[in-house]
Amino acid sequence: MNAGIDVPTIERFGALYIASARLKSMSKWRTIIAAVDIGNPLFYLIAVGIGIGVMVEQGSGTSGTNGIKYIAFIAPALLANTAITGIMDETVFPTIEGFKWRKLFFAQNSTPITGRQIALGVYLAALCRALFSVIVYYILLLAFDVVNFGISILLVPIAVLGGGAFGALMLFAAAKIEKEDQFFNILGRLVIMPMFLFSGTFFPLSSMPIYLQPIGWISPLWHATELGRESAFNYGISTTMVVVHLVFLFTLLVIGLVLATRQFERRLSK
Amino acid sequence: MSNPLISARGLTKKFGDFTAVDAVDFDVAKGESFGLLGPNGAGKSTIMRVLAATSQRTSGTVEILGKDPELFGPLVRAHLGVVPQQDNLDGELTVTENLYIYGRYFGLSKKFISNKIEELLEFAQLEEKRDVKVEALSGGMKRRLTIARGLVSEPDILLLDEPTTGLDPQARHILWDRLFRLKEQGVTLVLTTHFMDEAEQLCDRLVVMDKGSIMAEGSPASLIKQYSSKEVLEVRFGSDRNKEVAPQLATMCERMETLPDRILMYTEDGEKLLEKITHAGMHATTSLVRRSSLEDVFLRLTGRTLIE
Ligand SMILES: Nc1ncnc2c1ncn2[C@@H]1O[C@H](COP(=O)(O)OP(=O)(O)OP(=O)(O)O)[C@@H](O)[C@H]1O
Ligand SMILES: [Mg+2]
Repeated sequence: MNAGIDVPTIERFGALYIASARLKSMSKWRTIIAAVDIGNPLFYLIAVGIGIGVMVEQGSGTSGTNGIKYIAFIAPALLANTAITGIMDETVFPTIEGFKWRKLFFAQNSTPITGRQIALGVYLAALCRALFSVIVYYILLLAFDVVNFGISILLVPIAVLGGGAFGALMLFAAAKIEKEDQFFNILGRLVIMPMFLFSGTFFPLSSMPIYLQPIGWISPLWHATELGRESAFNYGISTTMVVVHLVFLFTLLVIGLVLATRQFERRLSK
Repeated sequence: MSNPLISARGLTKKFGDFTAVDAVDFDVAKGESFGLLGPNGAGKSTIMRVLAATSQRTSGTVEILGKDPELFGPLVRAHLGVVPQQDNLDGELTVTENLYIYGRYFGLSKKFISNKIEELLEFAQLEEKRDVKVEALSGGMKRRLTIARGLVSEPDILLLDEPTTGLDPQARHILWDRLFRLKEQGVTLVLTTHFMDEAEQLCDRLVVMDKGSIMAEGSPASLIKQYSSKEVLEVRFGSDRNKEVAPQLATMCERMETLPDRILMYTEDGEKLLEKITHAGMHATTSLVRRSSLEDVFLRLTGRTLIE
């Protein structure tokens, strides 16, 4: 071997090699990604800001939303949801593709790159994608005067954290499943949709019947939304709850990544 | 063998209850060209994946360059070039992008890879396709690219799982020639194949496998010498009559195999045997005298043909 392969360096940076390959392949879709990332928030801001929001406020003023404009109230949730769907797209599809459809992971794993690094690389690239989407969204929120520039910039890392917690679990799930068609049905209809509707997205969780509230408690979207509201406009949640939200999201993220990296290693070494 | 580059003892791999590789022992010396020959499902690819430090064995020991591949996966794989049975190129990338990105996974510098790519394009005869997306290549071209990709890191050991499947005869011979040159440069080759001629051409030593076990081991010539006669007389009497004449033929040679379409008679002198048969009043519709091959060794060991 005279190519000068430096294994310790690969052990340190392998995940970044994978992430950069993933980003490169994402960049082929950059026009579509950009169109979705700009178009989607625009529709919401126009529909809710001009339509639904006005109606809600005519009905009950801003009393239901702690005195916050309705569009501003739901903005942190929309932002976190953007991170969640972005990360999901970039973990679930590449993972199933890598193991099953095109078997790219097996090629990567025949080099010094490990399964763990492949998992982390896919995840990092997905985080980058989510970060991009969220930043675009945040700029639009500023442009539409929904939030003021300042401490509200914390909305960005909070949304990415929410997406990251959910995405880590998705990375694991996608590596675990063998039959993907059922998986997509269940994921879309029984996870994503209810999570979006019942995470205090459109009204405070506390105004829902108590038996529905647990959906919010376990939902990364709710935790990220609450944190986001607090950072954007002094929503008035306690410091304890801030800590609870943060701990919940970080715990989910770590558990998801541990499970995912193990599952990647296991499936590649069959 | 003193200081083998690869050594396996009692190597076993199970999938659930099914034993795909059953307590296999072998060594491969540095610079050697070692073959695994066997029919579908013999366990060749399973062994190759274990040697590639990607698949975990169920039991037994394996050492590659003195290291257990399960404990030192990245370190071992840094020395390997792997050509899997099924191409797993990235169809959305071009030929050169595939080589480039794979080289990056070995942590190689851009400059090194760029130079290497020129050499590999020539090796795979894909210069004209360099900027073509891989999904637009023919099957044989993809195969050649996969082999070239395995060489990007200048491996010490090249693992080739059915390298020439899907190649046209000319490409096959060119590949044999290139592999031979790599061997001269000191690269150790481990390859699997269904093709006896390929095994005879390329392998210094090989094992004949069936159903997860090694049936025999040796150089192609020694295996033929040990398990077969010098010549083989192939006779056909038509599918109905083959069975009829078989008992009588059996008395005339050392050993005989009755296949559905023909009878193989093992002997030191095929022409003489054919004369004897004709004298006895049996007239074969076609006959052929040839030298024994690994196919005959395999038939002897397993009672089955290699390619069914
Ligand atoms: N992932 C797997 N799960 C279950 N069984 C497997 C798996 N991989 C291989 N096998 C089984 O192990 C046996 C050996 O398979 P292997 O691929 O090693 O054969 P092979 O000698 O390479 O055959 P071929 O010439 O067809 O490539 C086969 O019976 C196969 O069905
Ligand atoms: Mg095989």
